[in-house]
Amino acid sequence: MALAPCITDLEQLKDHPVLAALLAWNSNTVESAKFDRDEMSIYIRREFIREAVNQLKSQGLVNFLSDLTCADFYPREPRFELAYQLLSHKRKEFVRLKVKLSGDDATVESLTSLWPTANFFEREIFDLFGVRFLGHPYLRRIMMPEDWEGHPLRKDYPVEGYR
Amino acid sequence: MGHLNSTPVLDAAEDKTMILNMGPQHPSTHGVLRLLLEIDGEQVVRMVPDIGFLHTGIEKTCEAKFYQQVVTLTDRIDYLCPMVNNLCYVMAVEKLLGLEIPPRAQWMRVMLAELQRISSHLVWLGTHALDMGAMSVFLYCFREREDLLRIYEMVSGQRMMTSYFRIGGLALDPPIGFFDAVKKFVKIFPEKVDEYENLLTGNRIWIDRLKNVAHLSAEDAIGFGVTGPSLRASGVDWDLRRDMPYSGYENFKFKVPTSQDGDVWARYVCRIEELRQSREIAKQALEGLPEGPTKAEAPKVVLPDREKMKTEMEALIYHFKIVTEGFTVPAGEVYQAIESPRGEMGYYVVSDGTAKPMRVHMRSPSYASLQALAKMCEGRLIADVVAAIGSIDIVLGEIVR
Repeated sequence: MALAPCITDLEQLKDHPVLAALLAWNSNTVESAKFDRDEMSIYIRREFIREAVNQLKSQGLVNFLSDLTCADFYPREPRFELAYQLLSHKRKEFVRLKVKLSGDDATVESLTSLWPTANFFEREIFDLFGVRFLGHPYLRRIMMPEDWEGHPLRKDYPVEGYR
Repeated sequence: MGHLNSTPVLDAAEDKTMILNMGPQHPSTHGVLRLLLEIDGEQVVRMVPDIGFLHTGIEKTCEAKFYQQVVTLTDRIDYLCPMVNNLCYVMAVEKLLGLEIPPRAQWMRVMLAELQRISSHLVWLGTHALDMGAMSVFLYCFREREDLLRIYEMVSGQRMMTSYFRIGGLALDPPIGFFDAVKKFVKIFPEKVDEYENLLTGNRIWIDRLKNVAHLSAEDAIGFGVTGPSLRASGVDWDLRRDMPYSGYENFKFKVPTSQDGDVWARYVCRIEELRQSREIAKQALEGLPEGPTKAEAPKVVLPDREKMKTEMEALIYHFKIVTEGFTVPAGEVYQAIESPRGEMGYYVVSDGTAKPMRVHMRSPSYASLQALAKMCEGRLIADVVAAIGSIDIVLGEIVR
């Protein structure tokens, strides 16, 4: 039951093709990175996310957006962490890009122009977490009714709901 | 009750078009899918899917449960293949824990996951054919599905909500007679597939109804996040079982059927071939099943055997502690993806070091595939919408969770 320790040192990780490409493109993009349980996570600064993904896509390092979701770390700030699971069919590898968002300014650029599949995933995050995606063509609630108040998956929203 | 409002509303863009509401109680939408269609005569000009009718907040509920309690919730996501969901979730948690699973448990998981793929595809084939007007195929498919449900009942006591895979292995050793039942099923099944094909594959009406309908190109399929048989039918040779093997799939030999056509017919052909291949994998798992334990050696995570619990003090204490206060999982995050009958099923689990998950997200294949529906149907006839819905094999339970 021994877990290998998590590697967070950029120097040790810089040989990873995705991280290397991002650093070569613009080293300001990468906030930090970690390699934990055989999975690579790269924290990207919020303002670069769309361009960074666009770079990786055009260089052929990833070609498929598998999943896009969010986690709420309330009461810590920045409270939201978006997780983009990107897949490369060629390299047969997943890589996770992460973006931290603060509670009072939870906005990020939409990926719908790169992969139309981001549409539903971003609507889901908007609905359940209240994160806004700039440039999304149809940002409306998808799971909850239109007139619902609040965002149920936030940690300050009770499991039983408000009654 | 916001969904009783007629939102979202679509306004006809031109004078000659009209809006038709399809669902959510339409029998061919396979659940509670609502489609807003803008039609020009018989032709679909625009389509907007409206979902959310089955939303039960499973992801939120997961955050209030212990790790082992979440397993039963995962059954209810995709109720046509509960064990595949169990497998994905338990593998994600095992990865967080760094737990080694004994080979016998892994092979049993593969065997049952493949049988689940068969039973799920049988429901797809039956209902798809029913939508297209071929009534009798449904009865044939459900006859074999019944055999499979009995097999699941043998191992877990439940026909549908099995919860048989647990964190660290299996719930119980399979009972006496289980392997004989699987052996019998594996033996007779190829004949049955021939029987379905005999009814459909060469049938002139079936061919005319399916060929060149609801076309989806490889680029569009990738763009819309389509996975599984629908992606392979569009010419992308990608299967997680073969390309990124998990749970011991590297030990099995099987073919991944693909097609270049990308229409409803291609999806039909790929799934039919998958029925045969899944049977092949289940047969290999049955023949090569290794001996040994079916639970990992981790007393703090895995419940002790009943016998031990009654005779050993230590086992009783562990049992009490796991049941009452759960087990803690080291902080971290994982994304575990597996090939479900519908495509890439992924679980993203975040742990904060306590006994309850901080976040469980399910990436459901149907959710992404549904987005491609509009692309497939726009410019086609209304009758083809029904064929397209059937061909992407959606389960609304996993779409809205």
